[in-house]
Amino acid sequence: MKHTVSVLVENKPGALARVSTMFARRGFNIESLSVGPTERNDVSRITLRVDCERHSIEQIEKQMHKLVNVLRVSELEPGEAIERELALIKVHAPADKRHELVALGEVFHARVADLGADAMIFEVVGSPEELDSFEELVRPYGVKEMARTGRIGLGRTSATAPTPRKHHV
Amino acid sequence: MSGSKKMVGADAVLRSLEAEGVETVFGIPGGAILPIYDAMARGTTVRHVLARHEQGGGHMAQGFARASGKVGVAFATSGPGATNLVTPIADAWMDSTPLVCITGQVRSNLIGTDAFQECDITGVTMPIVKHSWLVQDVEELPSIMKAAFHVASTGRCGPVLVDIPRDIQEAALDFKYPDSVDLPGWKPPTKGHPRQIKEAATRIAAAEKVVLYVGGGTLNGDAVKEIKELAELWRIPVVTTLMGKGAFPETHELFMGWPGMHGPKWSNYAVNKSELLVAVGARFDDRVTGKLSAFAPGADIIHLDIDSAEISKLRHADVPVVGPLKQILHDITGELRKLQSAGATSRTEPWLRQIREWRDEFPLRYTKASGGDFMKPQTVLEALQAQTADRDDVIFTTGVGQHQMWAMQYLLCNQPRSFITSGGLGTMGFGIPSAVGAKAARPDATVVCVDGDGCFQMTCQELATASLEKLPIVVVLVNNGYLGMVHQWQNLFFEERRSQVHLTHQVPDYQMLAEAYGAAGFTVTNEDELEAALSEALTCGRTAVVDCRVDPAEGVYPMIPAGAAAIDMLEYQDPQGAMA
Ligand SMILES: Cc1ncc(C[n+]2csc(CCOP(=O)(O)OP(=O)(O)O)c2C)c(N)n1
Ligand SMILES: [Mg+2]
Repeated sequence: MKHTVSVLVENKPGALARVSTMFARRGFNIESLSVGPTERNDVSRITLRVDCERHSIEQIEKQMHKLVNVLRVSELEPGEAIERELALIKVHAPADKRHELVALGEVFHARVADLGADAMIFEVVGSPEELDSFEELVRPYGVKEMARTGRIGLGRTSATAPTPRKHHV
Repeated sequence: MSGSKKMVGADAVLRSLEAEGVETVFGIPGGAILPIYDAMARGTTVRHVLARHEQGGGHMAQGFARASGKVGVAFATSGPGATNLVTPIADAWMDSTPLVCITGQVRSNLIGTDAFQECDITGVTMPIVKHSWLVQDVEELPSIMKAAFHVASTGRCGPVLVDIPRDIQEAALDFKYPDSVDLPGWKPPTKGHPRQIKEAATRIAAAEKVVLYVGGGTLNGDAVKEIKELAELWRIPVVTTLMGKGAFPETHELFMGWPGMHGPKWSNYAVNKSELLVAVGARFDDRVTGKLSAFAPGADIIHLDIDSAEISKLRHADVPVVGPLKQILHDITGELRKLQSAGATSRTEPWLRQIREWRDEFPLRYTKASGGDFMKPQTVLEALQAQTADRDDVIFTTGVGQHQMWAMQYLLCNQPRSFITSGGLGTMGFGIPSAVGAKAARPDATVVCVDGDGCFQMTCQELATASLEKLPIVVVLVNNGYLGMVHQWQNLFFEERRSQVHLTHQVPDYQMLAEAYGAAGFTVTNEDELEAALSEALTCGRTAVVDCRVDPAEGVYPMIPAGAAAIDMLEYQDPQGAMA
């Protein structure tokens, strides 16, 4: 099963390397990882997507907690978190296909970020699953290049905040 | 800044060590750490022991830490000095030994340029340290040193690394050692959960077939007294792992040996036929469990540990308690006392009787040498045990291999921190340097390294350190002329095809080598000479090497083949071929 883990780390040299090294060394595969600033300039957020068993995700979280630079680890439960991703997709777009593509894009609120003689770049923001669908739809036209940021997420404002796991059983 | 003093980074390192109460450090200088060594020459209360190899220096620091319970400190220069420390760091990581490694690094402006003796040692060691720091600003040095000692010694102990570029060592700062650490992400648990503690006590109180499975965490957690109180109050049999050896007195009537690959059959029976297994600072290592799915199949697990990540990592814990073992054990015993006042009583007597029956049924055994045969290695260990049995001031260290397992089986340790061995990493060559470090920590103790001939040749240069630094140790060399443990595996699992395991008994001549290092050397080829040689080595007050030439054909038994169920042990077969 896939899990999204949100990790707050001190903004210190090597913090990201320590987190990713831990994953590699414990044999966990990272499907996507994104890192960026937070509301505090001394703290960064790493959002990780991993495919593993429940047991393994608990192990991952506990191992992450032991890293000195890690401040907080929480799992973003589906339904209880907002998850988003940004994709840039360069699609083969000869003149006769442009309208069709733009119309497709509108369904996904994709913006045309750049337009060339026979290609256009879509900029699309959404849940990673929406991005998958959009990519699927434009693929037949010929995707020349694509860049995705990997997912980021926050626990919802209402409902239950993402459960912090401090393992002091 | 009030109370601060102007100095350079190199001095700040030493003032920090002094502030931490560090008495002894181990290391070797080199270009990138010269300013620190110069600061040493200018004066410090810290004793520096000059090793002959940084690996030796690192293992000395480990031996120091393991014998004393304090943080061990090792120094090395950049590049090759630092990479030579990797093995001790990995060893300290696996065996949770508190260790602060301080390495010199090339100047900040050269980092990343492949400069002479540059090595990204924080990168190399990242998976095997609790944390590491590459110092980028001299003003941060005091707080980093404070944090390094704090992280190494709190929570689950382990190694940390502080990498200090040469220009930082030379840069001036206003030094003031901080009183506290500022580590918002480092919050080791401080107290076990009362409800879990109650639950653990309730289960223990009701159990008939219960075993305390005590690991090295019990020593690190300073919980030796508490484990004894718990065991005695509720009459619970105790087994200790290789790392936990000495955490419970081994001549105690409740002591039931050592579980695992070369533990006695009766100890493995006790663990594997138990109904409640209480793991105390132990981690269900594969050398203890054998095939995990077949390990103690009928047992519920209570797991007490400072490290929450060990809980249910390998074996599901029915009752986990995370926190300092000293407090947890103390509180469990307290709960049991309450239950006792309410009428509960221990129900373990039949179980204790059963384990004792197994002990009588499956003793450790071997066949003594007769006539002109080689001496048996077990005989050497028995003789060493006999000569040290009544003493509580003896510390053993070991190498890795057959001799290590015989040491575990035949030496009875009643004192905590009296058996120092490389358990998790299984580092050949650990014995001699760790003995030197232990001697530095405990000058009053007699420190005996039980070594193999293969291990000896990996770190014997530290005999020079022992001689010259006046840190005398006794090396009892179980010289079987082979990389014996590998030899045994080739015999058992590779149809006796011997591949690259023969060292010979004679080369080097260990007695002469000992003498070359300024130590006393003895060669023992038969049992008659053994007692006298050991006795002289143990009392001569100098570093001594006793080369005991033993039978290369002897195997360590019993044995759980790797991956097999713990209950299916291979047994010692006497020369007539009858099963023991
Ligand atoms: C550094 C290192 N290299 C290789 C090994 C693999 N190994 C384990 S035991 C052993 C043989 C040890 O020989 P010796 O020191 O003579 O001890 P014996 O088993 O003969 O008692 C070897 C090579 C190891 N554990 N450590
Ligand atoms: Mg040998």
